[in-house]
Amino acid sequence: MSRIGVFVCHCGENISRTVDVERVAAQVGKMPGVAFATDYKYMCSDPGQTLLKKTIQEQKLSHVVVAACSPRMHEKTFRKAVEAAGLNPYLCEMANIREHCSWVHEDKQEATAKAIEIVGMLVERVKKNRVLPTITVPVTKRSLVIGGGIAGIQAALDIADAGHEVVLVERDPSIGGHMAQLSETFPTLDCSQCIMTPKMVDVANHPNITLYSYSEIEQVDGYIGNFQVTIRRKARSVDEDKCTGCGVCMEKCPVKKIPNKFDCNLGMRPAIYVPFPQAVPNTPVIDRDNCIKFKTGKCGLCQKVCGPGAVDYEQEDTLIVEPVGAIVVATGFDLYTIDEKPKGSMIKGYGEFGHGKIPDVIDGMTFERLASASGPTGGKILRPSDGKEPKQIVFIQCIGSRAREKGISYCSKVCCMYTAKHTMLYHHKVHDGQAYVFFMDARTPGKAYDEFWRRSIEEEEAVYIRGMVSRLYQKGNKIVVMGSDIAVGVQVEIEADMVVLATAIQPRTGADSLAQKLGISYDKYNFYSEAHAKLRPVECATAGIYLAGACQGPKDIPDTVSQASAAAAKVMTLFAKDKLEREPIVARVKEAGCVGCFACKKVCAYGAVEEKEIRDRQGNLIKVVAYVNPGVCGGCGTCQATCPSKSVELDGYTDEQIVAMIEAL
Amino acid sequence: MHPEKQKHDFEPKIIAFVCTWCTYAGADLAGTSRMQYPANVRVLKFPCTGRIDPVFILKAFQQGADGVLVSGCHPGDCHYIAGNFHARRRFAAFRKLLEFVGVDLERLQFSWVSAAEGGKWVEVVSDLTEKVRNMGPMTEFKELALEEQWSGTINTEELKEAYKQI
Repeated sequence: MSRIGVFVCHCGENISRTVDVERVAAQVGKMPGVAFATDYKYMCSDPGQTLLKKTIQEQKLSHVVVAACSPRMHEKTFRKAVEAAGLNPYLCEMANIREHCSWVHEDKQEATAKAIEIVGMLVERVKKNRVLPTITVPVTKRSLVIGGGIAGIQAALDIADAGHEVVLVERDPSIGGHMAQLSETFPTLDCSQCIMTPKMVDVANHPNITLYSYSEIEQVDGYIGNFQVTIRRKARSVDEDKCTGCGVCMEKCPVKKIPNKFDCNLGMRPAIYVPFPQAVPNTPVIDRDNCIKFKTGKCGLCQKVCGPGAVDYEQEDTLIVEPVGAIVVATGFDLYTIDEKPKGSMIKGYGEFGHGKIPDVIDGMTFERLASASGPTGGKILRPSDGKEPKQIVFIQCIGSRAREKGISYCSKVCCMYTAKHTMLYHHKVHDGQAYVFFMDARTPGKAYDEFWRRSIEEEEAVYIRGMVSRLYQKGNKIVVMGSDIAVGVQVEIEADMVVLATAIQPRTGADSLAQKLGISYDKYNFYSEAHAKLRPVECATAGIYLAGACQGPKDIPDTVSQASAAAAKVMTLFAKDKLEREPIVARVKEAGCVGCFACKKVCAYGAVEEKEIRDRQGNLIKVVAYVNPGVCGGCGTCQATCPSKSVELDGYTDEQIVAMIEAL
Repeated sequence: MHPEKQKHDFEPKIIAFVCTWCTYAGADLAGTSRMQYPANVRVLKFPCTGRIDPVFILKAFQQGADGVLVSGCHPGDCHYIAGNFHARRRFAAFRKLLEFVGVDLERLQFSWVSAAEGGKWVEVVSDLTEKVRNMGPMTEFKELALEEQWSGTINTEELKEAYKQI
């Protein structure tokens, strides 16, 4: 038999003004199972809580109902007090007779009657409450960071500086990502390489960071605090431990004219290469598709010239398993494909702008490489077609972004600013040149951003034309750009030497398959979804996985770095404890009834439902049932409402508890 | 100061099944804003609308509720990612079923009330109360229960008469 204690709070006059609290206590005191009922001026105050604790012990109460304000306000307070008195905190419930009763009704009789009913419901509910132990899971204090761009680098450095081991996985032969490709960065115009490469070196030298470049995530198992990640180390054909990075192999390689992806195919590289001179690690990789040795079996020059004997043609992909407790996803972005028929994309390209057909129509990243001092032209702005300096240059913004008809309705956020930067860089390098910009809106929110944009117009003489380009075609060695200036209402025609398209930011190709491996959700564009757009912007809904950078949505460098540090802080918060504690409001499977239909698995947004085999003593399989991992379960209870055999129960919200409340009505 | 409260012959019983993150918080906000609404509603808190089993709604009607309200986060705002989508789908089917068995769907309302919509909560509750008040008590379940009881008892006049004749 339960001995329930009911404590009715006056909340000063907030409740007692419209609810006759003494009558509530008297009435509730008569209910079956209620051993004690009283009212008190301020239950949440120190003497109020002392009264609660003293009464629990004196009256040997088994359950407690506090009739006061909203549980959103003080449930934790009273559960703590109950715990201090030696009861399990989940044997305490709150009846909300303030927000849901005294404050919203004026008639004292009506409000009192309602309050009695509300408390009655909770009394019936609390009888069915069970002792719930706090759930603890161990934490492996190592972290995985996926992606070695600025987001991944920042997150890895922050976590490593806090004293935790980090495994950094990068798909390309070198870390650095898109930021390493940029020339200068807005709004300060500091050189990207100058601020990026020191960080890359820090990663390489950090004792807490293990860097796996030229590697990909193969498989992710486990859950928060206890992930097992399988990483595929692609065959580099060069032994990283032996290679000194002298670069003789690259000099001697007879294949020289392979377009370098890092330079947007403007520059050339050999078959054994590092993508750029400042690469980290500074270990070359053999491009097996273009290497003579791999194609014909002959050559082998690089192996002959390599002093330390690092070149290894026999090398194969290897799989390694790393145990980690947290994962930061920082896979970055791809640029919108502006070719006529983008491969494997639902989105239509911008073939009408002649990209791929007219060589002097380039995208923003190609312009970055042209403007970069370490780029293929040594920082000179030259036309890809004939190497001449363009005197009239047209920038077109919102290529792909905010274009619903092309399949993207979002704003890529960085293009307004980088186009303004491009006009400046152009003006600095081609003094007698003229830059035109076709734009829809100039979106420049950010510290010192609008000032920067204005400078491009007021001091750097860029001409901004509000309107989109309707047609673009080659005429001799000029490109005729036709568009409208909607501010003035006239048609504009510009004979340009070069056209730069500000293409949209898109998630990485294959972002969806990585998300499926990780068990995280993504939106219709394949950007990864955060747990809450405003309040949990760096956490995935899947516990223990965090997001940093443009994989979550278009972002500039300051935002990316902020989010990366935030993700690192979240990882450190997780690692601050040896064991992970969580509220025991989780689903539990009653295995006897489970038939293994896994309807629960289909509706679980957290991927918390696993398959569990039940075997007899001889080891014969009896049946496969669902198992809810308490470390992963979010506690929504959708599985319970879905289960056809009612074999899964959400602790704290069991059918018994709910039905008891309904029946109390 | 306040308009004279109207007395009604019938006060309906309204049960509200709400999620803790949006609608419960919205109802709390109505309280902190001191908005006024009819005292007919009793609120049951769930973590998510996804947890709400349609059986609970039947159970509420069976226990004498005259109207039932189910309310959670707006689509896309679910604290648990997608619970409210599951709920929406489930209740779309459930409504059809209720309609089929002859329950007046006007008694059962679904709505989305966010934590910021104290005003909307008051509106939804007031409207439903008013609507159900005009419809009168929900008697179908009680009649069914009575019928069942009748078939199980033998001390009715007709039966006594029949026994006598055996």
